[in-house]
Amino acid sequence: MSKVKELPGEAVATAVRSPSIGHSARAYTERVRAGDMGALPAVLGLVVLCTAFALARPAFLTGINFANLFTQGAAVTVIAMGLVFVLLIGEIDLSAGFTSGVCAAVLAVTLTNMGLPWYVGVLAAIVAGAVIGTVLGAIVAKVGIPSFVVTLAAFLAFQGLVLVLVNEGTNISINDPVIKAVAQRNLPPALGWALYAVSVLAYAGLQVVRARKRAARGLVADPLSLIAARVGALAVLAGAAVYVLNLERSFNPAFASLKGVPIVVPVILALLVLWTFVLRRTAFGRHVYAVGGNAEAARRAGIAVDRIRVSAFVICSSMAAVGGIIAASRASSVDPNTGGSSVLLYAVGAAVIGGTSLFGGKGRVLDAVLGGAVIAVIDNGMALMQYGASVKYLVTGFVLLLAAGVDALARKRAAAAGLR
Amino acid sequence: MTPLLEARGIDKSFGPVKVLHDVTFSAHAGEVTALVGDNGAGKSTLVKCIGGIHPIDNGELLFDGRPVQVNGPRDAGELGIEIVYQDLALCDNLDIVQNMFLGRERRRGLVLDEDTMEELAEQTLNSLSVRTVKSIRQQVSSLSGGQRQTVAIAKAVLWDSKVVILDEPTAALGVAQTAQVLELVRRLADNGLAVVLISHNMNDVFAVSDRIAALYLGRMAAQVRTADVTHAQVVELITSGRSGDLGLKNGAVA
Repeated sequence: MSKVKELPGEAVATAVRSPSIGHSARAYTERVRAGDMGALPAVLGLVVLCTAFALARPAFLTGINFANLFTQGAAVTVIAMGLVFVLLIGEIDLSAGFTSGVCAAVLAVTLTNMGLPWYVGVLAAIVAGAVIGTVLGAIVAKVGIPSFVVTLAAFLAFQGLVLVLVNEGTNISINDPVIKAVAQRNLPPALGWALYAVSVLAYAGLQVVRARKRAARGLVADPLSLIAARVGALAVLAGAAVYVLNLERSFNPAFASLKGVPIVVPVILALLVLWTFVLRRTAFGRHVYAVGGNAEAARRAGIAVDRIRVSAFVICSSMAAVGGIIAASRASSVDPNTGGSSVLLYAVGAAVIGGTSLFGGKGRVLDAVLGGAVIAVIDNGMALMQYGASVKYLVTGFVLLLAAGVDALARKRAAAAGLR
Repeated sequence: MTPLLEARGIDKSFGPVKVLHDVTFSAHAGEVTALVGDNGAGKSTLVKCIGGIHPIDNGELLFDGRPVQVNGPRDAGELGIEIVYQDLALCDNLDIVQNMFLGRERRRGLVLDEDTMEELAEQTLNSLSVRTVKSIRQQVSSLSGGQRQTVAIAKAVLWDSKVVILDEPTAALGVAQTAQVLELVRRLADNGLAVVLISHNMNDVFAVSDRIAALYLGRMAAQVRTADVTHAQVVELITSGRSGDLGLKNGAVA
C-alpha cells in the first residue's frame, strides 16, 4: 500500500452501497443502451428461433428432439469455448475444426488400431491438441506471422494430416463403450436430478457467500433479491430441462428405454465452470483480457504477453481435441471429414453470436454455450423443416453476419456514447 | 537536503545521435519538479533512462543519496519510481480496480482476491481525494480523459512509490480536466512524493511546480526554483538554452 497520507474523502462513497434490484435493472438497461449487449442478442435469438420452429414443426418440441439438440450442438460448442480464448486476445484460429479432426483421428488410431484403453486414447488426443496449440501459438507469438495466415495454413495441412492418420480415406470405427457413451448415452434420471440439485445449490451458495463477504467488508454487494431472482431463473429453466429430458422418449419403451440427461450435458457444464473460473477468478484469465484489451499496457505491466498468447492457442486446440472426441463418440467413427466442412465456421459463429467480440478483449465462455445453442437450433430446425443444405447454409451465414454486425454496431454505439 | 532522485552526468546516444550530454537532474521529496524543453530536447529520453527503459552510456543515478543500478522497469519499480506515460497504458476493457492492479494482482492461493484489491484501490483514490468516478468497478472505456489520467496516476501511487514521473499528463485534456489533474499532481507532492512533471505548457508549470529543469538540445540548461524565475526567462531557457546569467554559458546548475 502506498505511504500516501490518508486524507478524508469520499471518492466512491457516493456510490450506492447495496443497490436495490431496480437499481441493478436500470444499470443493465443503461449498459445495453450504450452498446454493451452481452448475451442479449443470443438469448433473444434463441427465443425467436425456438418459437418459430415450434409453430412450424410441432416435432421440434418433442423430448427426443430436445435431447438431440444437445448431442448435435455439443462438439461445436466445446470447440467454440476454446475459440473464445483465442478471440479474446484478438486472434483467430481457423484450424480449430481440423484440429478436432486430427485429434479424433489420434483417438481412433489409439483405440481401434492399437487397441489401447479409452483413457489412453483421450489423453493422446488432448496431448495432440496441446502440441498443435503450442506450435501454432509459438509461430504467431514468436515469429509474428498473423494468426489468420498461420491457422489458414494449418487448416489446409491438417486436412492432409487427418488423411494420413486414417490411411487415405478409410473410416475408422470406434467401438469403445466409454467413448461412445459420451454422446450417445444418458444419465439415469435420478442422477440427473441429483446433479441438478447440487448445481443449483452450489450456485446459490457461492452467490450468497460472496455477497455476505463483500457486505461485511463494506463493499458494494448484490442484494439478496437479485441473487434470489438469478437462482430462481436458473432453477426453473434447468429444472424444466431436466424434467423433459427425464421423460421417456423411446418410441417403444418396452424394447429399449430412452430417458435421462445426455452425458454431454454435464461434460459441457463442467467445462463451462472450469474455463469461466479460469477467466474470471485467476490472474491468468485477467491477463488474457488485458492482452486482448491493450497488449502494450499488458507488456508494461510486466505480463508475459507471448506466454499468454501461446497459452490461449494451447487451450483452444486442446478444447478442439475434446470437441473431436465428442464428435467421434457421436458418429462412432472417424473419417477424413471429421471436424471438416462447416464445423469451424459454426464454432466461430457460436462464439460471436454469443457475444464474444472478433476485435478481442470482450467475451465469456458462456457465450460459446449460448451461441452453440443458437447454431444447434438452426441446424436442427432447418432439418425438421426439410430444407436442404442450401437453405441451412444460407440461414446460418446470415445469422453469423447478423451477429458480427451486432458486435460492430455495438462498438460504434459505445464509441458514440463515449465509452471507447 | 539530499534530493530523493538524482541523475549525474548522464550521457545517452542512439547510434551516432547523441541525445543527452552530461545531464544532471534532481527531484526532491515533497516537491513538483517540472522538466521542460522543446521537442527533441531529450525530456522523454531522460525519463526513460531513469525508468530503466534505456540503459545509460555514462553517468550515475542516485536514489536517496545512494548510487543505484536501474536495468529495467522492474528495478525502477522496486526503488519506488513509477512513470505514467503519455498514452497511459490502460486496458479499456478492464475496470478501474483491475487496471490499477494489472500485472501485480493480489491473490489468495489460485484465486484473485478481488475484495482486498477493491478496498486498496478505493483507499488510494480516497487518499488522492478523487471524487469524480461513479464506481471503481466501471470499465475504463467509460471514463473521460481526465478520469483516465487520474486512474493512471492512482495506479502509479498504489505501489508504495516515492517518485512519480508524469509525461505530459494534461496534453490531451480540456480546461476543467487539466485543473483537476494539476490539483492531483500538487496533492501527490504535498503527500510527500517527489513528482516530476514533463510539460510544454508554461501555465501548468508555473501553477504547480516548485522547481523547473530546462533541457536544451540534450543539455541541462538550468535547474532553478520556480519562484526565482519569470515566465519569459523559462521560455528563453527552452528556446536558446540561456537567459541572462542563467543557462548554459555559465555551466552552473542552480
